[in-house]
Amino acid sequence: MATANGPALAADHLVKTYPGGRGKPPLRALDDLGFVAEKGTVFGLLGPNGAGKSTTMKILSTLTRPDSGTAYVAGIDVARHPARVRRALGFVAQKPVSDPMDTGVENLVLAGRLQGMSGREAAARARELLDRFGLTDHARRQVKTYSGGMARKLDVAIGLMHRPEVLFLDEPTTGLDPEARAELWLELERMTTAENLTVLLTTHYLDEADRLADRLAIVDHGRVVAGGTPEELKNDLRGDAVIVELAGDADPFAGLTALQRVDALREVGGDGRTLRARADNGAATLPLALAALEAAGVAVASATVARPSLDDVYLRHTGRTFTRAQESAEFVLENAS
Amino acid sequence: MTTTALPASRPQRRNGPTFLTHTLLLTGRQLRAAWRMPAFLVMNLVQPVIWLLLFGQLFKSVIDIPGFGVGQSYLEYLTPGVVMMLALFGSAWSGTVYIQDMDRGVMDRFLTSPTNRGAMIVSTLVYQSLLAVVQSLVVVGIAFWAGARFEGGVVGILLLLLGVVLLTAVFCSLSNAVALLAREQTALIGISQLITLPLMFLSSAIMNTKLSPEWVQNVSAYNPFEWAVIVGRQALSAHPDWATLWAHAGLLAALAVVMAAWATSAFRVYQRSA
Repeated sequence: MATANGPALAADHLVKTYPGGRGKPPLRALDDLGFVAEKGTVFGLLGPNGAGKSTTMKILSTLTRPDSGTAYVAGIDVARHPARVRRALGFVAQKPVSDPMDTGVENLVLAGRLQGMSGREAAARARELLDRFGLTDHARRQVKTYSGGMARKLDVAIGLMHRPEVLFLDEPTTGLDPEARAELWLELERMTTAENLTVLLTTHYLDEADRLADRLAIVDHGRVVAGGTPEELKNDLRGDAVIVELAGDADPFAGLTALQRVDALREVGGDGRTLRARADNGAATLPLALAALEAAGVAVASATVARPSLDDVYLRHTGRTFTRAQESAEFVLENAS
Repeated sequence: MTTTALPASRPQRRNGPTFLTHTLLLTGRQLRAAWRMPAFLVMNLVQPVIWLLLFGQLFKSVIDIPGFGVGQSYLEYLTPGVVMMLALFGSAWSGTVYIQDMDRGVMDRFLTSPTNRGAMIVSTLVYQSLLAVVQSLVVVGIAFWAGARFEGGVVGILLLLLGVVLLTAVFCSLSNAVALLAREQTALIGISQLITLPLMFLSSAIMNTKLSPEWVQNVSAYNPFEWAVIVGRQALSAHPDWATLWAHAGLLAALAVVMAAWATSAFRVYQRSA
């Protein structure tokens, strides 16, 4: 039972099935999904399209109801007290949440006043947020004239107007160019320190999850397959990746045999002329690996040591690389529509 | 434990000030958007001129058909019909605002905030009513300029506007509900093509139904658009049949309440399938 002193967000055994319709089988979007996010942290739901991230967010934000399971936002039961939950949360949907015909300041003031702020209060808060997000110069222009990055910053500001306890950010940087993404990341990092709020972030960008989230849940097929801080998840893989690219005339099999004899290397494997292995200390092990290959007469073209990435974590827990999962999800979505 | 909350355990705020404030805020938002599209405003004002003068000329001689005449010019007969026609056409498109809000994340943002659901419906009714009232006054003004005279006077015009507002409320709600349930602009095109034109021709808006086949007269008795035309025509006449006027205004008001409630409940359906 969550109380006002409990976690900022809690989802427990959430199940949600959408009817299939027209001969298609029903789609189980959430299959016993659960997680807990502590106050003042950024919690990331990471997964490919169709994994169940947006459905989770819709349930927690009172937009839809689960078939079964419970959800708490700011210690309030979402199903029992949706009206109270709506005052505690700010919602930045995947799609733009601003009215393109209104100006930036009009959008902000409207959002604040609908949350019960007085006109004066809303105007002051709007000024503060426009200033923080660097939009003051564009405050009195219609949002339809904004660039993608500016509009997205305004969306986040709209979600923050009433000083919510929990902010929902659904795919905040999808569709932005790399420069605008980097800028928004910076703003989001600043925001979480300044506002003392809990953020639920969904993303299908591994680098975004790595950069912004304090804790992560990797979601696949409607359930959480792994959870922890990005560092913990990566450390679970125990060690760095050592990748050796063999020269054109080298024998990959001889290379594999040579690497398998190096004690510090584990999980040795190969894909064509690319050999991979894991080591607790990649930088120290690499010279040993190269020496072993040279002794076996296997010519090396290049060698890399890499810290484990979330992509490796994803591969480990779902059996698919993230890119592959993303592609197959897009394939399913295209065929469903 | 299931999440189906008991109605009793849900502390729904039903306070008037929130409803009124939210209605004002959301109406203001739509008025700002309209004000920023001068082309839209101009079209809304030119349209009445076209309908009134076009129909006025086209059907000018129907007044001479035996059995039609009520001692008026055709323009005088036609004016309340065109007023109601414009209100009907305008309000059938009302749901467009919702479709745009749903295509963006604006609808989801409102629904995840304490924004009053009733105010979301009523603000579109208020906005469309304001547009329709302005259009109606333009129509009456042009008719007057073209020589029509209305014995009903100021009271008559106010009652005509009452009919306009009630008709707008009925069809705005219908349009909003369809928008929430179908979530596609094509559905709204469907209403405006399939419903509004037949409703208009199954009424006495441009043609006295006494000259139409009997079935048309029978059907038009159940046509809410015809109720509004009757309210408007009685209101502008020299000697209104007050019983007829208020009976039809009452029918329209009752239907408007039912439709607005239906539209508000459509939010729940929208949310269940979100």
